[in-house]
Amino acid sequence: MIPAAFDYIRPASLDEACHVLDDAGEEAKVLAGGQSLLPLLRLRLAYPAALVDLGRLPGLRRVEDRGDHVFIGALTTHDEVLRSPVVRGHVPLVALAAATVADPAVRHRGTFGGSLAHADPAGDLPAVALALDCVFVARSAGGEREIPAAEFFVDYLEPALRPGEVLLGVRVPKLGEGWGFHYEKFHRTAQAWAVVGVAAAVRTVGGSIEEARIGLTNMGPTPVRARAVEAALRGVTPARPNGNGAAGGSRDPLRDACGEAAEGTAPPVDLHARPDYRRHLARVLTYRAVRAAGA
Amino acid sequence: MTEQLDAGLVARQIAESGRLGAPDGGHEVGRARRRKEDARLITGRTTWTDNIQLPGMLYVAFLRSPMAHARITRVDVSAARAQPGVVAAYSGRDVAGEQGSLPCAWPVSEDVVIPDHPPMAVDEVRYVGEAVACVVATDRYRAADALESIEVDYEPLEAVLDMTEALAEGGPKVHETGNQAFTWKFSGGDIEAAFRDAPVVIDRTYVQQRLIPTAMEPRAVVATTDGGAFTLYSATQIPHVLRVMLALTTGIPEHRLRVIAPDVGGGFGSKLQVTAEEVLCLLLTRRLGKPVKWTESRSEGNMTVHHGRDQIQRISVAADRDGRIRGVRVDLLADMGAYLMLVTPGIPILGAFMYNGIYKMDAYDFTCTGVFTTKMPTDAYRGAGRPEATFAIERAVDELAHELNLDPIEVRRRNWITHQEFPYTTIAGLTYDSGNYEAATDRALALFGYDKLRAEQADRRDRRDPVQLGIGVSTYTEMCGLAPSRVLGSLSYGAGGWEHATVRMLPTGKVEVVTGTSPHGQGHETAWSQIVADALGVPFDDVSVLHGDTAIAPRGMDTYGSRSLVVGGVAVLRACEKVRDKARNLAAHLLEAAPGDIEFAAGEFRVRGTSEGRTIQELALAAFAAHDLPEGFEPRLDADATFDPENFSFPHGTHLCAVEVDTETGAVRIRSYVAVDDVGSVVNPLIVEGQVHGGIAQGIAQALFEEAVYDTEGNLLTTTMADYLIPSAADLPEFVTDRTETPATSNPLGVKGVGEAGTIASTPAVVNAIVDALRPYGVRDVAMPCTPERIWRALGGDGAAAGWAGPTEPEGGAR
Repeated sequence: MIPAAFDYIRPASLDEACHVLDDAGEEAKVLAGGQSLLPLLRLRLAYPAALVDLGRLPGLRRVEDRGDHVFIGALTTHDEVLRSPVVRGHVPLVALAAATVADPAVRHRGTFGGSLAHADPAGDLPAVALALDCVFVARSAGGEREIPAAEFFVDYLEPALRPGEVLLGVRVPKLGEGWGFHYEKFHRTAQAWAVVGVAAAVRTVGGSIEEARIGLTNMGPTPVRARAVEAALRGVTPARPNGNGAAGGSRDPLRDACGEAAEGTAPPVDLHARPDYRRHLARVLTYRAVRAAGA
Repeated sequence: MTEQLDAGLVARQIAESGRLGAPDGGHEVGRARRRKEDARLITGRTTWTDNIQLPGMLYVAFLRSPMAHARITRVDVSAARAQPGVVAAYSGRDVAGEQGSLPCAWPVSEDVVIPDHPPMAVDEVRYVGEAVACVVATDRYRAADALESIEVDYEPLEAVLDMTEALAEGGPKVHETGNQAFTWKFSGGDIEAAFRDAPVVIDRTYVQQRLIPTAMEPRAVVATTDGGAFTLYSATQIPHVLRVMLALTTGIPEHRLRVIAPDVGGGFGSKLQVTAEEVLCLLLTRRLGKPVKWTESRSEGNMTVHHGRDQIQRISVAADRDGRIRGVRVDLLADMGAYLMLVTPGIPILGAFMYNGIYKMDAYDFTCTGVFTTKMPTDAYRGAGRPEATFAIERAVDELAHELNLDPIEVRRRNWITHQEFPYTTIAGLTYDSGNYEAATDRALALFGYDKLRAEQADRRDRRDPVQLGIGVSTYTEMCGLAPSRVLGSLSYGAGGWEHATVRMLPTGKVEVVTGTSPHGQGHETAWSQIVADALGVPFDDVSVLHGDTAIAPRGMDTYGSRSLVVGGVAVLRACEKVRDKARNLAAHLLEAAPGDIEFAAGEFRVRGTSEGRTIQELALAAFAAHDLPEGFEPRLDADATFDPENFSFPHGTHLCAVEVDTETGAVRIRSYVAVDDVGSVVNPLIVEGQVHGGIAQGIAQALFEEAVYDTEGNLLTTTMADYLIPSAADLPEFVTDRTETPATSNPLGVKGVGEAGTIASTPAVVNAIVDALRPYGVRDVAMPCTPERIWRALGGDGAAAGWAGPTEPEGGAR
């Protein structure tokens, strides 16, 4: 397909980027890799008057260990994220999810911030950002502000960024000792979007779940923080798995708790799944994700 | 155990592919040559149609109908004409007088209805994506922009989407003549007797979902004219057929029309077509006097490349208690889509002779009804009729085995044609010349570790493991080498099935081969070179193969239906034999010996029992110089040959698939896949291996992933590759492949064709495996593609069906 005409602007500095975006208002779209935006342009589903390419901005492509959190610059590619020792060492859930994004070619061009700012509930990273209570750092001509993940995903493809605002990066809190992580992605082909995905962070003490954080991919118009199942998981002592990986004999309280995973979701219908199946998957995959996270 | 065998196979395959020295006394045929065309194809340093740039070239874009069925009440292109860079814009009505009707070359029956098929719709649109107007501009961006300013008014008509409803009285009609395109019947033996009092009858209905052929290279067309003569470049499989059909369709005289298929990036049947865009590009270059180019986008292609499959198959198998098949009855509905394109109605008919598969039976009865719907027309797609037939019979035989509580392999053994019985004339009237189903099956079972997997399956069932194991069998045959011209004639096809070749010795001893086949990824340049190298005793690298340009290769029937080697390769061999005979006469003359005393070996003609001789290269130069030639000998060493096969060829094989089905999610993982194919003698094992791998992948894709979906309004929902899922290597298992070699007796090379075998065999193997895994749950079918959601629903995950039904007991008498 062929996109409609647009202006292309590639600012050299953050200040220039903010000014350009401020001037252009809602007519402009930020280009930060293009793995999601360009298909929309080519299919003529988006008609921006201008693309503001942040690709050459200095300083936005980095990962930093900042003590109690890891800062991931918005233009860091998925591949860089998943290979980063800092990410792997301190916020491994981010690396686990980044490794499932599309395919290697996309992971080398697509960016962490671009993917999050696209606010696609089918993307793998938004659910992770929710589960980990990440903080989004945005800048405009008026200065910087912080947006908690819980407020960032406003609606389908709609982040809390204002026109004229650039996402600088994301603070990913380190959760400390005793936590296990897993991202369970269910998709039909290796490159396909998640039908449903579950990001799980679980802290167990003496075989019981003390705390669980669950983010759901593609279970509504926005990524979902599955609070009901988090509550249900608290204090659960999962049955010991038998040789098959399944709980043998009596009921597994963990499976019962995961029955809450689809509470409060509004899963979409598309060619790959209807809502009841997505709800079922959310329950099964949450169980698997929590298990894989060490429970 | 399987792993060990895998490793052994891989080692053998590597050894085979590394065989760069001349094996077997210097024979090229049989050698795993790397393909000589690959460097340019893989790097893209070649001429794809879209790479062609001509001076003054203009770019075409088509406005396509958003309605499945509507009357066109107004088209206004005037605003588009005013857009910057736009040279012309036309509606269908603007070209109605000269665009003609797209051809159908296969009027299968007396009652066939071939509706008028204007390349651009004039009064009515009948599928989403049908072209209604076009823009010609100085670049493709301006052309695409200008489409948005064309105004079209539609008066909606009811869409016709369901074949059964389409045939009911009183519903909306796709064409005024009604929705039935044709009926076609065929039978052998006494079908009533076969079913009367049959102890077991299996009666099933299977749906062949609609598929979208997805070649790596999208379609592209360039048309140009010097005012008198026309040249059409197209990403086509069929430059020769296209030239004839375009001459008939456009009125451009055949001798003023040159068709060129440059390197073409795959087709799978989708480029076996005379397309609206080809006709319209010729018309536009004729009107405008400038070269024009059109290249489709992937989304445009998903809508408007002809689709494949889309049949509803009712199959009944009558059998005795011991599993012996008495008869097979097939009642087929085949979705034609909105129009009959080049061979649309013939596709299900190509399957008509294959529903009996490899089995002996007393009677067979086949009925097919072609149905019009308001969807993209269907036509050839890899296998074309034969995958559908093979799927139905192989699924039904598995059902029969289950019904009788017999192993599916055992039921097949009790029914298949034994090796001693060849040649064997089937109930469908075809004579299978050769085959050895026992050998291929035994080899496959050994590679697969069948018994061990069955034991694991039993164990998982006993344990009620949430991951169940299923084993699928597919013992297929197919008819290849399209085709004996007399047979095509008897089936009302509009042309013959011969193939042509020219072999030319150049003065310096090099060889040019001109072939009428039109490779689009198959590797003919390599395989034909191997045949020629052996036949003429020249080095492989001294042979070049020319194809795909009607000015260079004027005669041919092109490439489809696994025909190229079986028909075209044999034509090359025959031409070589003629060249050899000429060379022998020249050698005899120069050596002052009788032709009968001249021996030929390793490229040299010698007087028997002496060391006196001439190499074929020396003779080529002598013929060119023409200083001393026999009486009446024309000064050239070249020859033409046309080969028209006496019979089809019948590749066969046994494919075994093991799947793990996650009963909690419905996900299917192919655990192992073994394919033992018998494609007769092999010219290049590496090429055969590639065809088998790609074919299996494509068949698995039908079983698990691909489906063209129209909504209730007739809108195509699967217009992107996010919605129309094509598996990649990451989604597929390692394939374990092997061969048995039972040479075809119907051609001197002993070859059978391999282009479609993998696709034909693999789909039922996978679905049989899935159903086998789920039998304890009472599941006896899952519609294709067997998506996780469909499997979950089949398992009763949504509460609609029963859960675990216990061990795999048959359901009791089926009647």
